[in-house]
Amino acid sequence: MGIWNSSVSETQIKFKNRLWLYIIAMIILFLLIVPSLVVIPMSFSDSQYLEFPPESYSTRWYENYFYSIDWLQATWTSVKVGVLTIFLATPLGIMAAYGLVNSNAKIRSILFPIMISPMMVPVILVAIGLFYFYVQFNMVNSILGLVLGHSLIAMPLVLIIVLSALSNYDMNQEKVARSLGASRLRAFFEITLPQIKFSIVSASLISFLTSFDEVIISLFVSGGDNSTITRSMFLALRDQIDPTIAAISTILIIISSVFLILTQTFGSPKD
Amino acid sequence: MTSTQRINQEGINKTELDQLDRKERYTLFGLTVPYLALVFGLIIIPIGWLFYMSFIGRDETLSLENYQRIWNSKAYLRIFKTTFQISLLTTLFCVLFGYPLTYFMSQLSNRWANICMIGVLIPFWTSLLVRTYAWLVLLQKKGLINTLAVDWGLWAEPIKFVHNTSGTLIGMVHIMLPFLILPLYANMRTIDKDCLKAAANLGATPTRAFWTVFFPLSLPGLFAGLLIVFVLCLGFYVTPALLGGGKVIMVAMKISDNIELYYSWGAASALGVVLLGVTMIILFIASKLVSIDQLGNRS
Repeated sequence: MGIWNSSVSETQIKFKNRLWLYIIAMIILFLLIVPSLVVIPMSFSDSQYLEFPPESYSTRWYENYFYSIDWLQATWTSVKVGVLTIFLATPLGIMAAYGLVNSNAKIRSILFPIMISPMMVPVILVAIGLFYFYVQFNMVNSILGLVLGHSLIAMPLVLIIVLSALSNYDMNQEKVARSLGASRLRAFFEITLPQIKFSIVSASLISFLTSFDEVIISLFVSGGDNSTITRSMFLALRDQIDPTIAAISTILIIISSVFLILTQTFGSPKD
Repeated sequence: MTSTQRINQEGINKTELDQLDRKERYTLFGLTVPYLALVFGLIIIPIGWLFYMSFIGRDETLSLENYQRIWNSKAYLRIFKTTFQISLLTTLFCVLFGYPLTYFMSQLSNRWANICMIGVLIPFWTSLLVRTYAWLVLLQKKGLINTLAVDWGLWAEPIKFVHNTSGTLIGMVHIMLPFLILPLYANMRTIDKDCLKAAANLGATPTRAFWTVFFPLSLPGLFAGLLIVFVLCLGFYVTPALLGGGKVIMVAMKISDNIELYYSWGAASALGVVLLGVTMIILFIASKLVSIDQLGNRS
């Protein structure tokens, strides 16, 4: 008997009557997680074609990746742009969140929708808008253009994360510090910042990942030597199917899993 | 009122305090300026310019021809129809798969729910391209799904799933599902379980308690989730471009083609303005239903 007849909900429903829900949920979770993992065995295939399961195994696609100047250059561009996006999007997002929290409700209700507009406008429009803008200022294919574009879509995420951290934070603590003679800046860095640092860490990680995974803006405004890895992957997938993509995908899955673990461990100690 | 009274009422250093107050407000506003400058310079002005471009005809004068073309051309209407169909179907499937899973998660203890949450977050954090590529591998004629299905006798001949609507749909549902689950889960967690106990106490069967108490309370989260999924689908580019193989053309792809292939900014802008308009209307409805920062919260 035991678990079989134990009740699992507030309505006293028995576990055995709920079994179907457990099975459905497990199937859906399986469908969510497993399909992406198929690229891992694929990446070790010896074949040129997309056969699954592969007939023989090799590491040739990894060698292909690590010996290709183009792929390595694209990876380096993406990493560089991702890191620079952290340094632009995170401070701007924190500053804006701080300003927003301390201003009155009326200003907040006007500024907030404007600030999250990069998230609301379809990315394709942001991309062609940027493309037009960069053509005027000769910024197409530049690192700066990519960093600005990626920061634009990462900032709202930083803003939302830091805002929610600050909304649980008592601003009076800063007032205490200032009444004791600290400047506002010092009060922020010594009192507020240490208390919201976990949110800032997760905001930075999310900024990096947003930039690193971004496809559409990169597709329009990057190219040549400053092509990002996502742009090269997209073009490779559209034009021909190169199993090197499977090797790169496996590397990307590892990177995002590491980031996910990092944010879960350092980003939110409360949950 | 004598001057002493006024001083007592307003404080002796009212002007100075007012000045400090104003200075403080300006400083705080100043903190938001760099952020706002980026948004204005890189989104609002370029989109304003796209809006203007959409009214410029081929002969460089103001005209409605770009919009008339959308309205009159069968090809454009078909693109809008495809976009709406795929977005609606994706949203529908996301609700069908997402609701039971989220409900299940909301019933678990915190510890188990967080473990399941990782299952939702892993795909969410995995690159869009990787997931699209994975489906390309799985769904093709010689792919795992066809091989298994033919071996098990589910269907006799391998079915072509990629480079058509079904492949696009499967890929998009997989990619959009977390966007439905996250706001819905946040909402379901806030539902007071005592309400269900009360319903049971008053004699409701579990099924009835679910439909009359739990389900209505979960509707705000469900609407938030399905609207964000629908809106994201409308502007979706990567997955339909790769899994649709050029046969499934959605609005975002047409916008991109207009610029990259035909260099026709007017036509692309007009499509963009229509897409933006529809998106804004849906988001406006969404903001009336739920608080705006619940939409698209990634963490």
